[in-house]
Amino acid sequence: MAFLSLNNVSVKGISACVPKNVESNLDYDWISLQERELLIKTTGIKYRRIASSDVCTSDMCYESAIALLNEAKIDRKDIEILIFVSQSPDYFLPATSIILQDRLQLPKTTMAFDIQLGCSGYVYGLSIISNLMSTGKFKKGLLLVGDKSSFSQSKKDKSTYPIFGDAGTATLLEYNEDADKMDFNLQSDGSGYKSIMITDGGTRNPYNSESEKMVEIEPGIIKSAKNLVLDGLEVFNFSLREVVPNINGLLNYSNTTLDDYDYFVFHQANKLITETIRKKLKLAPEKIPYSLYDYGNTSSASIPLTIVTQMGELVKNNSFTILLSAFGVGLSWASARIKISNIVCPKLIEI
Amino acid sequence: MSISEFIKKIEGEIEELTPGTLKPDTKYRTMEGWSSMHALIIVALVDTDYNVTITGEDLRSCQTITDLFNIIKSRV
Repeated sequence: MAFLSLNNVSVKGISACVPKNVESNLDYDWISLQERELLIKTTGIKYRRIASSDVCTSDMCYESAIALLNEAKIDRKDIEILIFVSQSPDYFLPATSIILQDRLQLPKTTMAFDIQLGCSGYVYGLSIISNLMSTGKFKKGLLLVGDKSSFSQSKKDKSTYPIFGDAGTATLLEYNEDADKMDFNLQSDGSGYKSIMITDGGTRNPYNSESEKMVEIEPGIIKSAKNLVLDGLEVFNFSLREVVPNINGLLNYSNTTLDDYDYFVFHQANKLITETIRKKLKLAPEKIPYSLYDYGNTSSASIPLTIVTQMGELVKNNSFTILLSAFGVGLSWASARIKISNIVCPKLIEI
Repeated sequence: MSISEFIKKIEGEIEELTPGTLKPDTKYRTMEGWSSMHALIIVALVDTDYNVTITGEDLRSCQTITDLFNIIKSRV
Protein backbone atom coordinates (compact mmCIF):
# COMPACT_ATOMS: atom_id res chain seq x y z
CA MET A 1 0.00 0.00 0.00
CA ALA A 2 1.42 3.37 -1.04
CA PHE A 3 0.98 5.22 2.22
CA LEU A 4 3.69 7.75 3.02
CA SER A 5 4.33 9.92 6.01
CA LEU A 6 6.99 12.59 5.45
CA ASN A 7 8.70 14.83 7.94
CA ASN A 8 10.81 17.97 7.75
CA VAL A 9 9.32 19.54 4.62
CA SER A 10 6.99 22.51 4.49
CA VAL A 11 5.17 24.31 1.69
CA LYS A 12 6.65 27.80 1.60
CA GLY A 13 4.59 29.23 -1.26
CA ILE A 14 2.21 28.55 -4.17
CA SER A 15 1.65 30.55 -7.36
CA ALA A 16 -0.33 30.07 -10.56
CA CYS A 17 -0.46 31.44 -14.09
CA VAL A 18 -3.23 31.23 -16.71
CA PRO A 19 -3.52 32.54 -20.27
CA LYS A 20 -5.22 35.94 -20.66
CA ASN A 21 -7.53 34.60 -23.33
CA VAL A 22 -10.95 33.73 -21.86
CA GLU A 23 -13.45 31.44 -23.58
CA SER A 24 -17.04 31.22 -22.35
CA ASN A 25 -19.02 28.02 -22.61
CA LEU A 26 -22.04 30.18 -23.30
CA ASP A 27 -20.43 30.95 -26.70
CA TYR A 28 -19.65 27.29 -27.52
CA ASP A 29 -21.88 27.12 -30.57
CA TRP A 30 -21.03 23.51 -31.51
CA ILE A 31 -23.97 22.62 -29.22
CA SER A 32 -27.39 24.26 -28.77
CA LEU A 33 -27.86 27.12 -26.31
CA GLN A 34 -30.03 24.85 -24.16
CA GLU A 35 -27.23 22.26 -24.03
CA ARG A 36 -24.67 24.94 -23.19
CA GLU A 37 -26.77 26.13 -20.26
CA LEU A 38 -27.24 22.57 -19.00
CA LEU A 39 -23.51 21.93 -19.38
CA ILE A 40 -22.59 25.03 -17.36
CA LYS A 41 -25.07 24.14 -14.64
CA THR A 42 -24.03 20.48 -14.39
CA THR A 43 -20.25 20.77 -14.75
CA GLY A 44 -20.01 24.11 -12.95
CA ILE A 45 -17.72 25.34 -15.75
CA LYS A 46 -18.55 28.67 -17.34
CA TYR A 47 -15.19 30.09 -18.44
CA ARG A 48 -11.91 28.55 -19.49
CA ARG A 49 -8.49 30.06 -20.19
CA ILE A 50 -7.03 28.97 -23.51
CA ALA A 51 -3.36 29.50 -24.34
CA SER A 52 -2.31 30.90 -27.72
CA SER A 53 -0.13 28.73 -29.95
CA ASP A 54 3.09 30.32 -28.67
CA VAL A 55 2.39 29.68 -24.97
CA CYS A 56 3.30 26.26 -23.53
CA THR A 57 2.74 24.76 -20.10
CA SER A 58 6.40 25.46 -19.31
CA ASP A 59 5.89 29.19 -20.01
CA MET A 60 3.05 29.38 -17.49
CA CYS A 61 5.09 27.42 -14.93
CA TYR A 62 8.09 29.68 -15.60
CA GLU A 63 6.06 32.82 -14.89
CA SER A 64 4.63 31.24 -11.74
CA ALA A 65 8.10 30.26 -10.53
CA ILE A 66 9.58 33.72 -11.14
CA ALA A 67 6.74 35.45 -9.27
CA LEU A 68 7.02 33.01 -6.39
CA LEU A 69 10.82 33.23 -6.06
CA ASN A 70 10.68 37.02 -6.18
CA GLU A 71 7.92 37.37 -3.64
CA ALA A 72 9.47 34.79 -1.30
CA LYS A 73 12.84 36.55 -1.78
CA ILE A 74 14.60 33.28 -2.56
CA ASP A 75 17.99 33.31 -4.21
CA ARG A 76 17.77 31.11 -7.31
CA LYS A 77 21.07 29.44 -6.58
CA ASP A 78 19.51 27.96 -3.44
CA ILE A 79 17.09 25.81 -5.45
CA GLU A 80 18.52 22.30 -5.44
CA ILE A 81 15.69 20.27 -6.95
CA LEU A 82 13.13 21.02 -9.66
CA ILE A 83 10.36 18.65 -10.73
CA PHE A 84 8.01 19.38 -13.66
CA VAL A 85 4.74 17.44 -13.68
CA SER A 86 2.80 17.59 -16.93
CA GLN A 87 1.36 15.68 -19.86
CA SER A 88 2.03 18.57 -22.23
CA PRO A 89 5.84 18.89 -22.32
CA ASP A 90 7.70 21.21 -24.68
CA TYR A 91 9.25 18.33 -26.62
CA PHE A 92 9.24 14.55 -26.80
CA LEU A 93 12.76 14.97 -25.45
CA PRO A 94 14.65 16.40 -23.61
CA ALA A 95 12.66 16.70 -20.39
CA THR A 96 11.07 20.15 -19.92
CA SER A 97 12.31 20.39 -16.31
CA ILE A 98 15.91 20.55 -17.54
CA ILE A 99 15.14 23.37 -19.97
CA LEU A 100 13.42 25.17 -17.09
CA GLN A 101 16.49 24.72 -14.86
CA ASP A 102 18.50 26.81 -17.30
CA ARG A 103 15.72 29.26 -18.12
CA LEU A 104 15.10 29.94 -14.44
CA GLN A 105 18.86 30.40 -14.00
CA LEU A 106 19.06 27.69 -11.37
CA PRO A 107 22.54 26.28 -10.73
CA LYS A 108 23.87 23.25 -12.57
CA THR A 109 23.94 21.47 -9.22
CA THR A 110 20.11 21.37 -9.37
CA MET A 111 18.54 17.95 -9.83
CA ALA A 112 15.75 18.18 -12.43
CA PHE A 113 13.36 15.65 -13.93
CA ASP A 114 9.82 15.31 -15.32
CA ILE A 115 6.88 13.27 -14.09
CA GLN A 116 4.27 12.33 -16.68
CA LEU A 117 0.96 12.43 -14.79
CA GLY A 118 -2.24 14.41 -15.25
CA CYS A 119 -5.13 14.99 -12.85
CA SER A 120 -3.41 13.21 -9.94
CA GLY A 121 -0.08 14.87 -10.70
CA TYR A 122 0.00 17.58 -8.06
CA VAL A 123 -0.44 15.18 -5.15
CA TYR A 124 2.00 12.67 -6.69
CA GLY A 125 4.54 15.42 -7.40
CA LEU A 126 4.23 16.77 -3.88
CA SER A 127 4.83 13.32 -2.42
CA ILE A 128 7.92 12.71 -4.56
CA ILE A 129 9.63 16.06 -4.04
CA SER A 130 8.84 16.00 -0.31
CA ASN A 131 10.17 12.47 -0.01
CA LEU A 132 13.46 13.46 -1.64
CA MET A 133 13.72 16.63 0.44
CA SER A 134 12.83 15.06 3.79
CA THR A 135 16.34 13.60 4.07
CA GLY A 136 17.77 17.11 4.36
CA LYS A 137 19.93 16.76 1.24
CA PHE A 138 17.90 19.41 -0.56
CA LYS A 139 17.05 22.58 1.34
CA LYS A 140 14.78 24.25 -1.25
CA GLY A 141 12.83 22.77 -4.13
CA LEU A 142 10.44 23.80 -6.88
CA LEU A 143 7.49 21.72 -7.99
CA LEU A 144 6.16 23.02 -11.32
CA VAL A 145 2.82 21.53 -12.30
CA GLY A 146 0.38 22.20 -15.11
CA ASP A 147 -1.05 21.42 -18.50
CA LYS A 148 -2.00 22.98 -21.77
CA SER A 149 -4.92 20.63 -22.31
CA SER A 150 -6.30 22.75 -25.16
CA PHE A 151 -3.37 21.51 -27.25
CA SER A 152 -4.93 18.12 -27.90
CA GLN A 153 -8.62 18.95 -28.09
CA SER A 154 -11.07 18.84 -30.96
CA LYS A 155 -13.38 21.84 -30.94
CA LYS A 156 -16.06 19.54 -32.35
CA ASP A 157 -15.99 17.26 -29.31
CA LYS A 158 -18.60 18.35 -26.79
CA SER A 159 -17.35 15.76 -24.30
CA THR A 160 -13.91 17.40 -23.91
CA TYR A 161 -13.72 20.85 -25.46
CA PRO A 162 -15.94 22.74 -22.97
CA ILE A 163 -14.37 21.00 -19.95
CA PHE A 164 -10.64 21.77 -19.96
CA GLY A 165 -8.66 24.96 -19.39
CA ASP A 166 -4.93 25.69 -19.41
CA ALA A 167 -2.79 26.62 -16.38
CA GLY A 168 0.73 26.30 -14.98
CA THR A 169 1.71 26.55 -11.31
CA ALA A 170 4.70 26.62 -8.99
CA THR A 171 5.06 25.36 -5.42
CA LEU A 172 8.10 26.18 -3.32
CA LEU A 173 9.15 23.66 -0.69
CA GLU A 174 11.62 24.03 2.08
CA TYR A 175 13.50 21.71 4.42
CA ASN A 176 12.22 22.60 7.87
CA GLU A 177 12.76 20.43 10.92
CA ASP A 178 9.75 22.04 12.63
CA ALA A 179 7.37 21.18 9.78
CA ASP A 180 4.25 19.18 10.48
CA LYS A 181 4.34 15.81 8.83
CA MET A 182 2.59 15.28 5.50
CA ASP A 183 0.65 12.08 4.82
CA PHE A 184 -0.15 10.57 1.44
CA ASN A 185 -2.21 7.74 -0.02
CA LEU A 186 -1.28 7.07 -3.66
CA GLN A 187 -3.05 4.61 -5.98
CA SER A 188 -3.15 3.41 -9.62
CA ASP A 189 -5.35 1.27 -11.88
CA GLY A 190 -4.05 0.87 -15.42
CA SER A 191 -7.00 -1.32 -16.44
CA GLY A 192 -8.86 1.95 -17.03
CA TYR A 193 -6.19 3.52 -19.24
CA LYS A 194 -8.52 3.90 -22.22
CA SER A 195 -10.96 6.13 -20.31
CA ILE A 196 -8.83 9.26 -20.80
CA MET A 197 -6.36 8.97 -23.63
CA ILE A 198 -4.63 10.40 -26.67
CA THR A 199 -4.17 7.32 -28.85
CA ASP A 200 -1.69 8.46 -31.52
CA GLY A 201 1.69 10.18 -31.37
CA GLY A 202 3.54 7.91 -28.95
CA THR A 203 5.62 4.87 -29.87
CA ARG A 204 2.64 2.47 -29.61
CA ASN A 205 0.75 4.30 -32.38
CA PRO A 206 3.12 6.75 -34.11
CA TYR A 207 1.49 9.50 -36.17
CA ASN A 208 0.47 8.14 -39.55
CA SER A 209 -1.61 9.21 -42.52
CA GLU A 210 -4.81 8.34 -40.62
CA SER A 211 -3.97 10.24 -37.41
CA GLU A 212 -5.53 13.53 -38.48
CA LYS A 213 -8.67 12.05 -39.99
CA MET A 214 -11.72 13.55 -38.26
CA VAL A 215 -14.24 10.82 -37.40
CA GLU A 216 -17.73 11.15 -35.92
CA ILE A 217 -17.70 8.94 -32.82
CA GLU A 218 -21.26 9.84 -31.85
CA PRO A 219 -23.49 12.89 -32.37
CA GLY A 220 -21.58 15.95 -31.10
CA ILE A 221 -18.23 14.17 -30.99
CA ILE A 222 -16.01 14.53 -34.06
CA LYS A 223 -12.31 13.96 -33.39
CA SER A 224 -9.07 12.50 -34.71
CA ALA A 225 -6.63 10.05 -33.12
CA LYS A 226 -4.44 13.05 -32.16
CA ASN A 227 -7.21 14.41 -29.95
CA LEU A 228 -8.01 13.64 -26.35
CA VAL A 229 -10.68 10.97 -25.73
CA LEU A 230 -12.71 11.17 -22.53
CA ASP A 231 -15.22 8.52 -21.51
CA GLY A 232 -17.13 10.76 -19.14
CA LEU A 233 -19.32 8.06 -17.63
CA GLU A 234 -16.41 5.67 -16.96
CA VAL A 235 -14.38 8.44 -15.32
CA PHE A 236 -17.42 9.50 -13.34
CA ASN A 237 -18.00 5.99 -12.01
CA PHE A 238 -14.29 5.54 -11.28
CA SER A 239 -14.28 8.75 -9.23
CA LEU A 240 -17.40 7.81 -7.28
CA ARG A 241 -16.01 4.32 -6.61
CA GLU A 242 -12.42 5.14 -5.62
CA VAL A 243 -12.11 8.64 -4.15
CA VAL A 244 -14.00 8.12 -0.88
CA PRO A 245 -12.20 4.85 0.04
CA ASN A 246 -8.88 6.51 -0.81
CA ILE A 247 -9.67 9.42 1.52
CA ASN A 248 -10.84 7.03 4.24
CA GLY A 249 -7.54 5.16 3.87
CA LEU A 250 -5.64 8.41 4.37
CA LEU A 251 -7.72 9.33 7.44
CA ASN A 252 -7.09 5.95 8.95
CA TYR A 253 -3.36 6.04 8.18
CA SER A 254 -2.89 9.57 9.51
CA ASN A 255 -5.11 8.92 12.50
CA THR A 256 -7.33 11.90 11.66
CA THR A 257 -11.03 12.44 11.06
CA LEU A 258 -12.80 14.71 8.58
CA ASP A 259 -13.34 17.23 11.41
CA ASP A 260 -9.58 17.76 11.67
CA TYR A 261 -9.44 19.53 8.31
CA ASP A 262 -10.13 23.19 7.63
CA TYR A 263 -10.47 22.72 3.86
CA PHE A 264 -10.79 19.96 1.29
CA VAL A 265 -9.21 20.90 -2.01
CA PHE A 266 -10.35 18.50 -4.71
CA HIS A 267 -9.11 18.12 -8.25
CA GLN A 268 -11.52 20.25 -10.28
CA ALA A 269 -12.97 17.56 -12.58
CA ASN A 270 -16.53 18.80 -12.74
CA LYS A 271 -19.02 19.98 -10.19
CA LEU A 272 -21.34 16.97 -10.40
CA ILE A 273 -18.46 14.62 -9.48
CA THR A 274 -17.15 16.75 -6.63
CA GLU A 275 -20.58 17.51 -5.22
CA THR A 276 -21.48 13.80 -5.26
CA ILE A 277 -18.24 13.01 -3.40
CA ARG A 278 -18.92 15.88 -0.99
CA LYS A 279 -22.35 14.49 -0.18
CA LYS A 280 -20.96 10.98 0.34
CA LEU A 281 -18.46 12.39 2.85
CA LYS A 282 -21.12 14.70 4.35
CA LEU A 283 -18.83 17.73 4.10
CA ALA A 284 -20.06 21.31 4.50
CA PRO A 285 -20.03 23.19 1.16
CA GLU A 286 -17.99 26.08 2.62
CA LYS A 287 -15.06 23.73 3.22
CA ILE A 288 -14.69 22.99 -0.49
CA PRO A 289 -13.28 25.75 -2.69
CA TYR A 290 -13.96 25.64 -6.45
CA SER A 291 -12.09 27.25 -9.32
CA LEU A 292 -14.17 25.37 -11.92
CA TYR A 293 -16.52 28.21 -12.78
CA ASP A 294 -13.77 30.54 -14.00
CA TYR A 295 -11.05 28.14 -15.16
CA GLY A 296 -12.62 24.73 -15.91
CA ASN A 297 -10.78 21.47 -15.36
CA THR A 298 -7.11 22.49 -15.38
CA SER A 299 -5.72 18.95 -15.07
CA SER A 300 -2.75 18.71 -12.68
CA ALA A 301 -2.81 22.48 -12.03
CA SER A 302 -6.30 22.39 -10.52
CA ILE A 303 -5.37 22.06 -6.84
CA PRO A 304 -2.70 24.82 -6.67
CA LEU A 305 -4.82 27.04 -8.99
CA THR A 306 -7.79 26.62 -6.63
CA ILE A 307 -5.65 27.52 -3.62
CA VAL A 308 -4.27 30.64 -5.33
CA THR A 309 -7.56 31.91 -6.77
CA GLN A 310 -10.01 30.92 -4.01
CA MET A 311 -7.89 30.96 -0.85
CA GLY A 312 -5.03 33.30 -1.79
CA GLU A 313 -5.65 35.92 0.90
CA LEU A 314 -6.51 33.34 3.56
CA VAL A 315 -3.41 31.18 3.20
CA LYS A 316 -1.08 34.18 3.51
CA ASN A 317 -2.15 34.93 7.07
CA ASN A 318 -3.42 31.66 8.50
CA SER A 319 -2.48 28.15 9.31
CA PHE A 320 -4.70 25.43 7.83
CA THR A 321 -4.77 21.67 7.77
CA ILE A 322 -5.90 20.74 4.28
CA LEU A 323 -6.88 17.50 2.63
CA LEU A 324 -5.97 17.29 -1.05
CA SER A 325 -7.66 14.74 -3.32
CA ALA A 326 -6.86 14.26 -6.99
CA PHE A 327 -8.04 11.64 -9.45
CA GLY A 328 -8.19 10.95 -13.19
CA VAL A 329 -6.10 9.96 -16.20
CA GLY A 330 -4.12 6.77 -15.74
CA LEU A 331 -6.22 5.87 -13.95
CA SER A 332 -4.32 7.39 -11.07
CA TRP A 333 -5.51 8.92 -7.82
CA ALA A 334 -4.14 10.16 -4.53
CA SER A 335 -4.90 12.14 -1.40
CA ALA A 336 -2.74 14.04 1.03
CA ARG A 337 -2.90 15.67 4.41
CA ILE A 338 -0.78 18.81 4.52
CA LYS A 339 -0.50 21.80 6.79
CA ILE A 340 0.13 25.21 5.29
CA SER A 341 1.03 28.17 7.47
CA ASN A 342 1.35 31.77 6.30
CA ILE A 343 2.57 30.80 2.86
CA VAL A 344 3.72 33.14 0.11
CA CYS A 345 0.96 33.36 -2.48
CA PRO A 346 1.37 35.92 -5.28
CA LYS A 347 -1.72 37.12 -7.11
CA LEU A 348 -2.77 35.03 -10.12
CA ILE A 349 -0.55 35.79 -13.13
CA GLU A 350 -2.03 36.19 -16.61
CA ILE A 351 0.05 35.93 -19.77
CA MET B 1 -38.24 1.36 -3.18
CA SER B 2 -40.89 1.97 -5.81
CA ILE B 3 -40.76 3.19 -9.36
CA SER B 4 -42.90 6.23 -8.52
CA GLU B 5 -40.38 7.29 -5.87
CA PHE B 6 -37.57 6.78 -8.40
CA ILE B 7 -39.38 8.96 -10.94
CA LYS B 8 -39.95 11.66 -8.32
CA LYS B 9 -36.24 11.65 -7.51
CA ILE B 10 -35.30 12.02 -11.19
CA GLU B 11 -37.80 14.84 -11.64
CA GLY B 12 -36.32 16.49 -8.57
CA GLU B 13 -32.81 16.44 -10.02
CA ILE B 14 -33.56 17.36 -13.62
CA GLU B 15 -35.11 20.81 -13.66
CA GLU B 16 -35.99 20.66 -17.35
CA LEU B 17 -38.55 17.93 -16.63
CA THR B 18 -42.10 19.04 -15.85
CA PRO B 19 -43.22 16.96 -12.85
CA GLY B 20 -45.70 14.30 -13.91
CA THR B 21 -44.43 13.96 -17.48
CA LEU B 22 -42.03 11.10 -16.83
CA LYS B 23 -43.79 7.69 -16.88
CA PRO B 24 -42.48 4.16 -16.25
CA ASP B 25 -42.66 3.41 -19.99
CA THR B 26 -41.10 6.71 -21.11
CA LYS B 27 -38.24 6.11 -23.53
CA TYR B 28 -36.16 8.71 -21.78
CA ARG B 29 -33.25 8.77 -24.21
CA THR B 30 -35.45 9.86 -27.09
CA MET B 31 -37.14 12.63 -25.11
CA GLU B 32 -36.78 16.10 -26.55
CA GLY B 33 -33.79 17.89 -25.05
CA TRP B 34 -32.28 14.66 -23.63
CA SER B 35 -28.53 15.02 -23.21
CA SER B 36 -25.58 12.98 -21.95
CA MET B 37 -25.53 15.44 -19.02
CA HIS B 38 -28.89 14.06 -17.93
CA ALA B 39 -27.41 10.55 -17.97
CA LEU B 40 -24.63 11.71 -15.63
CA ILE B 41 -27.16 13.36 -13.32
CA ILE B 42 -29.13 10.09 -13.10
CA VAL B 43 -25.95 8.06 -12.51
CA ALA B 44 -24.99 10.43 -9.65
CA LEU B 45 -28.49 10.24 -8.17
CA VAL B 46 -28.56 6.43 -8.28
CA ASP B 47 -25.09 6.25 -6.73
CA THR B 48 -25.98 8.66 -3.92
CA ASP B 49 -29.48 7.39 -3.10
CA TYR B 50 -29.24 3.64 -3.84
CA ASN B 51 -25.47 3.05 -3.70
CA VAL B 52 -25.70 1.32 -7.08
CA THR B 53 -23.35 1.88 -10.04
CA ILE B 54 -24.91 2.34 -13.49
CA THR B 55 -22.42 1.71 -16.30
CA GLY B 56 -22.38 2.96 -19.87
CA GLU B 57 -23.33 -0.56 -20.94
CA ASP B 58 -26.40 -0.46 -18.64
CA LEU B 59 -27.52 2.85 -20.11
CA ARG B 60 -27.15 1.56 -23.66
CA SER B 61 -29.18 -1.56 -22.83
CA CYS B 62 -32.07 0.40 -21.28
CA GLN B 63 -34.95 1.86 -23.21
CA THR B 64 -37.43 2.91 -20.56
CA ILE B 65 -37.42 4.15 -16.98
CA THR B 66 -38.72 0.71 -15.96
CA ASP B 67 -35.67 -0.97 -17.57
CA LEU B 68 -33.38 1.30 -15.58
CA PHE B 69 -35.37 0.79 -12.40
CA ASN B 70 -35.14 -3.00 -12.78
CA ILE B 71 -31.35 -2.84 -13.06
CA ILE B 72 -31.15 -0.78 -9.88
CA LYS B 73 -33.57 -3.06 -8.04
CA SER B 74 -31.52 -6.14 -8.97
CA ARG B 75 -28.38 -4.58 -7.43
CA VAL B 76 -29.67 -2.93 -4.28
